[in-house]
Amino acid sequence: MDPARKRRIRMIVALSCAVMLVGALAYTSFSAASTAVQPSQLLASTNPGETYQLTGKVVDGSVVRTRDEIRFRVRDRNDKKSVAVRYVGAVPDPFREGREVIIDVRAAGAGAPANSFVGEKDTLITKCPSKFRETTPVAPASSAKKS
Amino acid sequence: MAVVGHACLILGLACCIYGIVASVVGARSGREALVRSGRRSLYALFALAVIAFVITEFAFVTSDFHFTVVATHSSTTTPWYYRLAAMWSSQQGSLMLWLTLLAGWSSLCVVMLRGRLRDVAPYAVAVLLGFGAFFTAVMLFSALPFETVPIAPVEGVGLNPLLRHPSMMIHPIMLYSGYTLFTIPFAFAVGALIVRRVDAEWLRATRVYALAAWLALGTGIILGARWSYVELGWGGYWAWDPVENAALLPWLTGTAFLHSVKIQERRGMMKIWNASLVLATGTLAILGTFLVRSGVLDSIHAFVEEGNTVAWFFTTLIVVMIASSVYLVITRRDNALKSASRLDSLLSRESAFLANNLVLVAITFVVLWGTFFPLISEALTGTKEAVGPPWFDQYTVPLVLILVLLSGVGPVIAWRRTSWSRLWRSMRLPAIVALLVAIGCAVFRPGNGDVTPQIMFVVGAFAIAVSLQELWRGTRARQAMTDEGPLRAFRLLLARNRARYGGFIVHIGVAVLFIGIAASSSFQSVSDVRLSSGEQATIGGYTFNYVKPTAKLETAAGRLERITLGAQVRVTKDGKFISNLYPNRGYYPAIGSTLGAVSTYFAGESTSEIGLKAGATKDLWVAETPDISSLMPVVRRGDAVFAKATAQGLKPAARAIFLGAALNGLTTRYRSNPPAAQFRIIVSPMVFWIWLGAIIVFIGGLIAAWPSVGAVRGLVRARQAARVAEDLGRA
Repeated sequence: MDPARKRRIRMIVALSCAVMLVGALAYTSFSAASTAVQPSQLLASTNPGETYQLTGKVVDGSVVRTRDEIRFRVRDRNDKKSVAVRYVGAVPDPFREGREVIIDVRAAGAGAPANSFVGEKDTLITKCPSKFRETTPVAPASSAKKS
Repeated sequence: MAVVGHACLILGLACCIYGIVASVVGARSGREALVRSGRRSLYALFALAVIAFVITEFAFVTSDFHFTVVATHSSTTTPWYYRLAAMWSSQQGSLMLWLTLLAGWSSLCVVMLRGRLRDVAPYAVAVLLGFGAFFTAVMLFSALPFETVPIAPVEGVGLNPLLRHPSMMIHPIMLYSGYTLFTIPFAFAVGALIVRRVDAEWLRATRVYALAAWLALGTGIILGARWSYVELGWGGYWAWDPVENAALLPWLTGTAFLHSVKIQERRGMMKIWNASLVLATGTLAILGTFLVRSGVLDSIHAFVEEGNTVAWFFTTLIVVMIASSVYLVITRRDNALKSASRLDSLLSRESAFLANNLVLVAITFVVLWGTFFPLISEALTGTKEAVGPPWFDQYTVPLVLILVLLSGVGPVIAWRRTSWSRLWRSMRLPAIVALLVAIGCAVFRPGNGDVTPQIMFVVGAFAIAVSLQELWRGTRARQAMTDEGPLRAFRLLLARNRARYGGFIVHIGVAVLFIGIAASSSFQSVSDVRLSSGEQATIGGYTFNYVKPTAKLETAAGRLERITLGAQVRVTKDGKFISNLYPNRGYYPAIGSTLGAVSTYFAGESTSEIGLKAGATKDLWVAETPDISSLMPVVRRGDAVFAKATAQGLKPAARAIFLGAALNGLTTRYRSNPPAAQFRIIVSPMVFWIWLGAIIVFIGGLIAAWPSVGAVRGLVRARQAARVAEDLGRA
């Protein structure tokens, strides 16, 4: 076969593979993805059975651990709107009230209290901050200056 | 001191700007003195960065809370070695570390290459100084490391307990070394493209830095995985988190580059591909830093503070890097980047390396797509969506299987072309080994017949057998030609062709590592159980008995560091004692808390220390979350007592003694009357193989990167030639 023709065929095959990969990635990512939401968005609308990736802060005083599960409320980063979450699975060390979490949830279904959601097993992740600033340094100084 | 540090940054920025101008003008006008001056600007930047770095570290070690960055990231109770590491837990400190490593590695490279690549080097120095200017500018205008307050707080916030792990002292340095070292081949690629001299020399000259970057980044990634496995209390080592992926991306393209560069050196082919790969790797290294430091994607690693503006700086830099890379490659594609030869046959080492490159780039693209999917989906549909680990696995698992297979096939195919019969002769023995493993899998059906890990066992065994066979053949050939013993012959074989045989060792390590990942992720047994003292649970054939609780106070620098509540867990199998494990959870006090005297000790951060019995075939992993709710009424009573006593004038010294006694009483109460505790128990096969594989990769990488005697001689000869040329020029 003519070498130039051979190269052209190889190029077409390679490009076809690349296009197929991109197509497959696009298709599967949109069909497998969970919508990333904050609690206020969940309060606005949810589809039964659909899984959402919920991001927000754990509400102070809301964490209740029972024998088999942990219950807490998640609020918007900059708002007080919150939803209740019931979760079974691994709880990361940094998990605590006031900390930002990401968890896959779906609506709790019939019989459950309104605006309550069930976390998917082992999907709870808590942000691992490089520092924790719930508290400020002891006796903070009055003013800062740039040297 | 802060003034000196700030001045160093200003001078550093001035050095960078001057050095860029001097290098470019010197190169264009042929004025060697200006080029030399530009080079020295890089050394000056390194010196200034070191001074600024030392000042910051000194402030951390001496707990100088006048520095805002020290007060918000360290404390007097933080052990001194973690105070050193606390510096790069901050945005400012990490940028400082980046700058210092960049200037250090760049200076080393420029010193080592002095006299070589005389036309390319000035532009490379200008690019490296450009990165230096970027990071000094970020620290001068956005993340200020030398911000101070006139009255220092008496105590700092302290390093997050989760970061108090030996890995904190080495993992970030390795990652950043990888990122900064990858900017060196990037800079030389830009220089080579500017002067249209894209031959193999710049590749040979900078390959060692690409290899060092690959090694450092790989080590950083593995250390991070190990850290996650033993510290975070979830029992995993990889979560496809954006920050993890950020380090993986340049490592993948760097791996592809280290293979494809061989083809250009040997055959003068794939110049566009190599230039693109090295430019992409440099850009991905900056993208990695951007992801970690900008907070543009939701990650478990929230290194970002409110009001953070570095994202804009990084976005601008990345856009400039991509635009200039694309421009340089497109404008040079028809002349400088034209291949000297063509692919002769699909049955050749070139083809195998090309296939390896395509697979690596495909994995890179998958990881990049998945990582940035929230931004892509938001841009396309207006809704932010995210994909999880199963999505990543469905693409990366088959691609990695192909990659491991290619790592076995590639090295035994001849350059240019080979025949099927010769190929079969080279692969006969490894194929038999792979077949035996396949039969073993079919007979024993590990993991109830899950096919994917079994395919990994087969291709992994094949790749290991190929590499061992080549090492064996090389050693035997040396022995046949000399009278050396097997060990000496093996040692000299490695020494004479470090890149080739170091590469084989790397391939063995990679195969071992992926076999470990396949087995541990597919065949593990995980269970979350709640046990009271004396109760037991059986997981993966092992019985875990909660024998008794443990509780103690731990001090550091004469002050209470944490309260540790844990458990003794006795592990048996079929009645036979295996081990005692001691998982626990450390409760750190909340610094500056307004809570009660006793409550404060349960209001801070808490971290798990797992109980681990690691073995070659199985890891027994236990994490415990004690239920402290039964202690809380006592804690609240203690708060009330101390509040009343303090109001009545209890002196601080007496208060400390009574508080110590009260906390001691709490631990005694926990030991004598333990509530049920939550345990996560994992029986995971072959996790040890992951760490073993990583160590083998590291050793192989070191062997490959270590300069050979021939390379050192070549460097000396090149320097001598450069000196002669310089003298002739002067004459």
